[in-house]
Amino acid sequence: MSTLTLRAGAVVLRVERRTAVVSAGLVTTAAVLALVALCYGQTWTSPAQVFTALASGGESAFVIREWRLPRVTAALVFGACLGLAGAIFQNLTRNALGSPDVIGLDAGAYTGALVAITMLNGTAGQLAVGSVTGGLLAAAVIYLLSLDSGFSGLRLVVIGIAVNAMLTALNSWIVLRAEIDVAMAATGWSAGSLNGVDWAELRLPFAVATFFVLLLVVISHAMHQAALGDEIARTTGVRLGRLRLLMVLAGVGCTATVTAIAGPIVFIALAAPQIGRRLARAAGVPLVPAALTGAVLLLTADLVAQLLLAPVALPVGVVTTAIGGCYLIWLLGMEVKRR
Amino acid sequence: MRSRLTAQDVTLGYGERMVSTGVSLAVPDGAFTAIVGPNACGKSTLLKAFVRLLTPSSGTISLDGRDVSGHRPKRFAQQVGFLPQGLVAPENIVVRRLVARGRYPHQSLFTTGSATDEEAVRSAMAVAGVTELAERPVEELSGGQRQRVWIAMVLAQETPYLLLDEPTTFLDITHQYELLALFARLRDEGRTIVAVLHDINQACRFADHIVAMKDGRVVAQGAPADVVDAALMQEVFGLPSIVMANPVTGTPMVVPTV
Repeated sequence: MSTLTLRAGAVVLRVERRTAVVSAGLVTTAAVLALVALCYGQTWTSPAQVFTALASGGESAFVIREWRLPRVTAALVFGACLGLAGAIFQNLTRNALGSPDVIGLDAGAYTGALVAITMLNGTAGQLAVGSVTGGLLAAAVIYLLSLDSGFSGLRLVVIGIAVNAMLTALNSWIVLRAEIDVAMAATGWSAGSLNGVDWAELRLPFAVATFFVLLLVVISHAMHQAALGDEIARTTGVRLGRLRLLMVLAGVGCTATVTAIAGPIVFIALAAPQIGRRLARAAGVPLVPAALTGAVLLLTADLVAQLLLAPVALPVGVVTTAIGGCYLIWLLGMEVKRR
Repeated sequence: MRSRLTAQDVTLGYGERMVSTGVSLAVPDGAFTAIVGPNACGKSTLLKAFVRLLTPSSGTISLDGRDVSGHRPKRFAQQVGFLPQGLVAPENIVVRRLVARGRYPHQSLFTTGSATDEEAVRSAMAVAGVTELAERPVEELSGGQRQRVWIAMVLAQETPYLLLDEPTTFLDITHQYELLALFARLRDEGRTIVAVLHDINQACRFADHIVAMKDGRVVAQGAPADVVDAALMQEVFGLPSIVMANPVTGTPMVVPTV
């Protein structure tokens, strides 16, 4: 396996050639899908018209720039966030099942968002703060319960699955208790949907996501070192306790940001890192392939959601749940076989 | 005899369970120290305390007169390298990439492949004899090859101190002797080696300093010729034996009489 070396002054980055090729392939796929998604709508716009609209305006400029482009961008960014969140938690737990949607962090973020809607006014800022807080609280509970006499990834996953079930029940209860109009809004949102997102809604989550991605860049080297096992990680100088806290923070941040805007979208965080890892044949659970695979998966799912019962646009969460259910059954089967 | 790495009257244990009490040990600089003793006598636990994986409940372990817990993690890792038992490599990783992970304490955020790192990895692979395996995935290798890859990783860390927990386990006898000879060579180059060894004859043959442990205590320590005799074998291992001079090296050789 050969490597590519990138130099910029004192900064030296080494990339496996296969990872670079796979990443380039994923970027191309995402670009093609994005173009298709920009063309597709109530009326089909030709790619030439799309380019014109993006570059200089024209008759369909408003539809494409203000309706379709935010949705496509959101699908790409949120997909990447979910892929990263999954990769972080799968690295942390060293388990393919250790994904935020399985261990209850989506449900926790959703609880936080529900509280913001039902008890406060449900503004964008409250939703963002509410879902990040909810996700962090869920993560803290799971993390503390799984500590016992030392950290164990498998224990964290098992406890997370239980917490997920409890939070899902709590969420249903909150919705049932709410006023009818609030409950209807919350229920529609609970499926996870990108229908009708616009730029105004996206500014805050994009800024938050950027922050967490930067945090991730800073800790990624230590994170990969930690994949060698606790003992080697610590004796080569990794501050493991601090690293785990930052990983949880970055992972929750990435998940909750998406949940705040689109509701809980499952399956992407679970599957994207594993698909990316297999494509890149890289060691551990690499971040860049996970992010790119997540972006491609979510955009694909969103296109399918729009096409399936057109002109009715399904929530993208319905599509990802359907596919994700099958994948989860397969994964659980493999896990049982392994033990 | 100078020594930078010392244990002062330490008590070690996991939770409520005490493994060692009142252990004092000064690791001689530039020497090859072998820790020997029966199973569960606290050898590995002591080694873990030296590399900060375990904090003593009393007493101090210090490097250069300062408590090891007070050193910054990466700085400490530039001084002391450790090879634990039972390591599992991440899936799909190739030998060269795994060995390069030993460079972690010398790297900062973005400089993950300087010329110094490259040279250290190349030389570590050559010394451990895994150069020709460089591009092979670690999980495809035999147990002995894998063990040499991990040793290359710790060598790439380029630490003056090298602590190894039963490094010869899973190796056939030829590889065991090759590895011990390698440690002796590293010692000759000025490194300090501390290894937990199972075979008392190998320990006598290669080590300069023997530390014999039983039930969490140090029973005897010193040069092999001074400490290893039939009485010690009886006391530490409960094994009746005669001790004679090794015909090749003149070091003590234990022959059990059971």
